[in-house]
Parts: sequence; structure tokens; C-alpha cells
Amino acid sequence: MLETIWFAIWGVAWAVYFMLDGFDLGLGTLFPFLAKDEFEKRAVLNSMGPFWDGNEVWLITAGGVTFAAFPTAYAIMFSGLYTPLMLLLFALILRGVVFEFRRQIDSPAWKRVWDTCLVVGSFLPALLLGVAFANIFMGLPLDKDGLFQGNLFTLLNPYGLVGGITFVLVFCVHGAIWLSTRTQGQFQAKAVAMAKKLWIFEALLAVVFLVTTAIYTPLWANVLAKPYWLILPLLAVLGLFGQWFMLSKGRCWRAWFCSSLLILGVTLFGVAGMFPNLLLSSENPAYSVTAFNSASSPLTLKIMLGVVVCFLPIVIAYQTWVYFKFRDVITPESLKEGPSY
Amino acid sequence: MDVLTLSRLQFAVAAYFHFLFVPLTLGLSFLVAIMETMYIVKRDDDYKRMAMFWGKLFLINFAVGLVTGITLEFQFGTNWSSYSKYVGDIFGSLLAIEASVAFFLESTFIAVWYFGWKKLPPKLHCASIWIVAIASNISAFWILSANAWMQHPVGFVVRNGRAELANFIEIITQKYAILEFTHTLSGAYILAGFFVLGISAWHLIRKNEAAFFTKSFKLASCWTLIFALASLVFGHMSAGNLKDAQPTKLAAMEAHWETSRYAPMHILTWPDALNEKNAVQALAVPSALSILAGHAPDTEVKGLKEFPPEDRPPVLPVFLSFRIMVALGGLFIIVAACAWLKRRQIEGQRALLKLLPFMIPLPYLANLFGWTVAELGRQPWIVYGLMKTSYAVSPIAVSQVGASLIAFFAVYALLGAVDFYLLVKFARKGPEGVDHA
Repeated sequence: MLETIWFAIWGVAWAVYFMLDGFDLGLGTLFPFLAKDEFEKRAVLNSMGPFWDGNEVWLITAGGVTFAAFPTAYAIMFSGLYTPLMLLLFALILRGVVFEFRRQIDSPAWKRVWDTCLVVGSFLPALLLGVAFANIFMGLPLDKDGLFQGNLFTLLNPYGLVGGITFVLVFCVHGAIWLSTRTQGQFQAKAVAMAKKLWIFEALLAVVFLVTTAIYTPLWANVLAKPYWLILPLLAVLGLFGQWFMLSKGRCWRAWFCSSLLILGVTLFGVAGMFPNLLLSSENPAYSVTAFNSASSPLTLKIMLGVVVCFLPIVIAYQTWVYFKFRDVITPESLKEGPSY
Repeated sequence: MDVLTLSRLQFAVAAYFHFLFVPLTLGLSFLVAIMETMYIVKRDDDYKRMAMFWGKLFLINFAVGLVTGITLEFQFGTNWSSYSKYVGDIFGSLLAIEASVAFFLESTFIAVWYFGWKKLPPKLHCASIWIVAIASNISAFWILSANAWMQHPVGFVVRNGRAELANFIEIITQKYAILEFTHTLSGAYILAGFFVLGISAWHLIRKNEAAFFTKSFKLASCWTLIFALASLVFGHMSAGNLKDAQPTKLAAMEAHWETSRYAPMHILTWPDALNEKNAVQALAVPSALSILAGHAPDTEVKGLKEFPPEDRPPVLPVFLSFRIMVALGGLFIIVAACAWLKRRQIEGQRALLKLLPFMIPLPYLANLFGWTVAELGRQPWIVYGLMKTSYAVSPIAVSQVGASLIAFFAVYALLGAVDFYLLVKFARKGPEGVDHA
């Protein structure tokens, strides 16, 4: 039971990370296509300015949850996926310093350097996370000692690439919609137009993703075995169409919530379909790392559950407050007046 | 080089580099919080400008500290997977608690503070920097109690082929953890103190914004002296604690070979690990080591020969790092005391003002040497007495670690250079360099 609860917490931590940092990563990826002049660039940066750092901590938490609750899975996953993980870390390092460094010096060359870091540091994590999770859904070549029998190129298989591109596209739409909630006038119209244009590809890719998932992974079979979990892919589809519907009606915030629903739905569908495997072995299912054979001791799981039950609601409360407090529309005046990136 | 050596090198690079930024965050956050509180209490605009100016330097420093911390958490999995498997039950949970209890607060409220100057009422705004300061220090507590557990594992049982949690409270309240926390923090506060003193002195000698920098100087001189003294006390207690908790580390720090009572301390010493003795050993202070370790001349201090050679840390680097750290700590007390005594007429103290900017790098060195004593002194163990470092490493390829190590060097050198450049630039500009008011 404890293991099952922790599996759920593990999945939720990843889902919330994708929902929150997803729009940062998407906006960073779209940066060169959306932001042309200096105001537009700064508007994009400031739209995520007060939030990206708190969002990224969800990744640390997801990593920490894996380490604390499923140390064996943490050890095998992180050492097995060594190279992609290092690439992810370096990309996030570059993305992370852009906000503070870019504004410090008023020179086009200086700003160009950090603009490039933002794009690379956003696109690469989105892609890598997609590739990694698709491969985790599909199963990794793990031998009986949990050793990963492959390399970076093993991961770049057709389904892995579909996963990567899907993540990038979903995050881009998510980011464009986020930008539309915090801007006005022409620039907002541009963000909405971008979101709607990308939505068509996103919808097409969603179909490809769901079909290839049925071909390459056991997710559908597992979910169909407990049909009440079908609610998750249904919510995702609802979110997908909600995005388009709300954007068309000009309800940007609602479109963003639909977008979040899509991300939560897809991620949790994947998580529910994996249960109880954290790392499915494609060599032999018996070699798989599960929530049960990799879990920490019951005492650790209980103490950590206490910590999560006490502190996570507080985290969610103050992060919501911050989103609420700093959600105002960005204008050239607001960037001049107040502290900004 | 093999995977073990490369992984150790990589962790050293990542940890040293991270800890160039952490101590300033830990200390300067409190100093900025005190400045902003003074502004609210005294309604003196200088204090608001102080919070903004020192806050700007704080943010530039914070950015790199933040991003380099993430790599550390993930490196336990990437490079030390056997270790992670073996101790994750305990070590992993301490890291996870750090993220959920402290790191979330710190990362969320740092943005509230920066973006909130106009959006929040002054008291709430001031509260947000206090939250950042307290959360960063709580964060340090969890990380340091995890490290303390590697130094002196308690509250566990070996079961199911791994170390499992037996007593959580014992782990976070053990003497080693408390002393490591207090000593590391006072070291960090000294660093932040000399940072403020040095930059203030640089401006004061140029008669730039005298009122502003005199106020900064006064605050920092009290702060630095308090923690320079505290560091001595906690450092002494930490070393004494090693006598029972980590005898090999203490023996290496002092190049002490034979177990003995009335153990002296030699002013001049040069260890010779190969021949298990000291090549140079002169000017003995009788029983000094025994007295320092146990407050009594007949305290028995274990020597390195008590342990098989393969269980001893590398003596020379631990010994030297310890001596340098202690010497620097002594220097900090003297200089901080001078700064504190002269704080009321500081503008006339040209010699002191000229010296202080050159003091800025020294606490950085002291912190790094301190960590060298702590980490190298624990070797060959990754968890003292329980797991050897050589058993902890991941089954990965040399090419993987080699490539990532080169990337670490390149990216970190670049980040460090940019951060250093920006800090110097804006420290020199003074309060007028703050872009908003």
C-alpha cells in the first residue's frame, strides 16, 4: 500500500513538473519565433520570470522522491541514462542563468549569447524528457543486474523520437498560451495565432503518439485492465480540444488550464499504465524495477509520507498565491516601472 | 584514469564550485534581511538602498549557486549508483525533505522579493527576504545532516543488503550534524561579512557614498566578528568530536601517528605517509593535542598506525588543508576585531580600508579547505566505517564520465567567469548601479 501511494506521488510530482516548467521550456523554445524586438523578448522572459525557479524545484522534488522512495530505481535510472541526464542538467544550467545574467549588460551581443542559451536550454530539456519518458514507457534494455545495455542512440528509436517531438510540441503550445494570458494587443494576438497554428500539429501528433503507444508499449493494455483509468486519456483529449475551443473564444486563461489538463492527463496516463513498473525491462519483464522491489523501508516511506502530507499543501498554497499575485499583464510601461528581467 | 577517479574528480569539481556560491547566499540573505528590516524600523532610505544594492549582488551570486546545486543531487544517481542503492533509504530522504521543506520556499520567495518591491506592502516584502534567508539556512541543515551521516552514520540497521532507517530523530539531532551545521554556517557568515566589509572599504577609501557604506560597514563588522569567534568555538568542538567519531580524520589533520596520552602538538610538522612518521617534527607544545581533543592532558588520541594503511585518509593534503583553514580562521578574528573596534571612525583608517578588499577571497579559500578536510579526511570511506568509496561508484563507462567531466570544467569555468565579472562590475558601480528604485 505504501509503495502504491509513493508510486502515485512519484507520478504526480513529474506531472506537476511538466505542467509548470512545461510552459517555461515551451516559451524558451519558441523564443526566436515569437519575440522579435527587445520588448517582446523581455515580455517573454518576464512572463515566466517570477515562476520558473519555483517550477524547476518540482524537478528536484521528482528526483528527490525517486531517490528517497525508490533508491534502486533512482540508481539504475540515473546511471543508465547517464549521458541524456547530463545533457539535461547542462541545458537547465544554461537556461537557469539566462534570467539573471541577460539583463545585466545593455549590449546586443551580450543579449544574443543569453538568448541562444535560453533557446538551447529550453528545447533540449523538453526533447530529452520526452525521449526519456517514451523509452521508460516502452521499457529499457536492462539485464538481470539492472545494468542498462545500450547508449544514447538506443534511446533514439522511433517511439522515443515520437515522445520527444510530442513533448516539445505540447510544451510549445502550453508556452504560447501562457504568454497570451500575460500579454495584450498585437503581441497577445501573435501568441494566440502561434498556439493555434501549432495546435494542429499537436493534435496530429497526439494521434500518432496514442497509436504508437498502443504498438510499442504495454500502457494501453494495463490501463484497459482497470478501465476506470481510462478517465486519464479522456481528460487529456478533453484538454486538447479545450485548448482550441477556449483559444477560439479568446479565453486565454481557460485555454491554459485545458493545456494543463492535457499535460496532467497524458503524464498520469503513462504513470498509471506503467504501474507497478518504474523501469520496465525490455529484455525480460522479470528484470523490471518495480515500486515493490525498489522501495525504501516502510519506516522511511511513512516518515516521508508525513513530510509530504504536511508540507506539500503549504507549497501548493504559496506557489498558487505567487501565481495569483504576479499574473498581471505585461506592458512596455510595466517593464519600465517595476523590477523586471 | 578509471571511472572511480574521474567520478571523484567530477564530484569534487561540482561540489567545490557549488560551494563558491552557497556561503554568500547563506550569509548575505540574512544581512539583506537585516538591512530591509532596519529600513522598515528606522524609515531611513539608505537602508532600503542598501538592501537593494547588496540584494543585487546577492541575486547575481544566487543564480549560479542555484543551478549548480541541481547537478549535485543528480550526481549521486549518475555516478554513485551503488552508494545510492545502499543508503538511499536514509540519504535520499534527507535530500527529498530538503527539496520539499526548504528549497521550494527559497526558490519561490526569491522571485517574490525581486519582483515584489512595488507589488507588496513593505512589511510583506521584507518578510519575503527573511523567508529566503531562513529557508536557505534550513536547506543547509538538511544537506549538512545528510553529509554528517556519511561522516558518522547513526540511526540505521543493515538489513536487506542495505542501510535502512532505524531512528530518524537520532540522525538529525546527532552531535556531528549539529556541529557540522554550526561550523559550516559560521564559516559561511564570515565569508558574507568580509564580502560586505571588503566592498564597503573599497568605496570608503574612494570617498564614494560614505554614509551608505559606513552603515554597511558597521553592520558587517559586528556580524563578522560574532561569527569569526563562533567559528572558532564550533570548529574546536567539531575537532574534539572527531576523537571518538572519526579518529582517522583527526589523526590525519594532526599528522599524529602513534596512539598516545599527553599527545603534544608540533608547531613545525611535515608528514611522511610512506614511512608512517613525520619527516619534520619540531617545537613541541606538550600535551596540546590531548588537551584540545579532550580538555585533559591525559586524553588518549588515536594515531594513524592504529588503523591499517588502506583505511587511512591521504595525510598530507588533509593535514595542510586543516592548518591553512585554522590559520585563516585566526586571521579572520584579528581583522574582524580591528574592523569592529574602528567601525565608528572607519573613514580615517586607510590601512585597514586598503587591506579589507584583499580579504574577500580568503574566506572562500578557508571554506574550500574546510570541505577538503571534511571530505578527503573521510576517505577511503564514502560512509565512514560502513561503505568504501571504491564500492560506491556506478557501472558506467570511462568515456561517459570523461566527457561529462570536460563539460563540467568548460561550463563551470564559463559561468564562474561571467559571475565574477558581473559581481566585480556591480560591486564597483555602487548603489547607483541598481536599475530600479
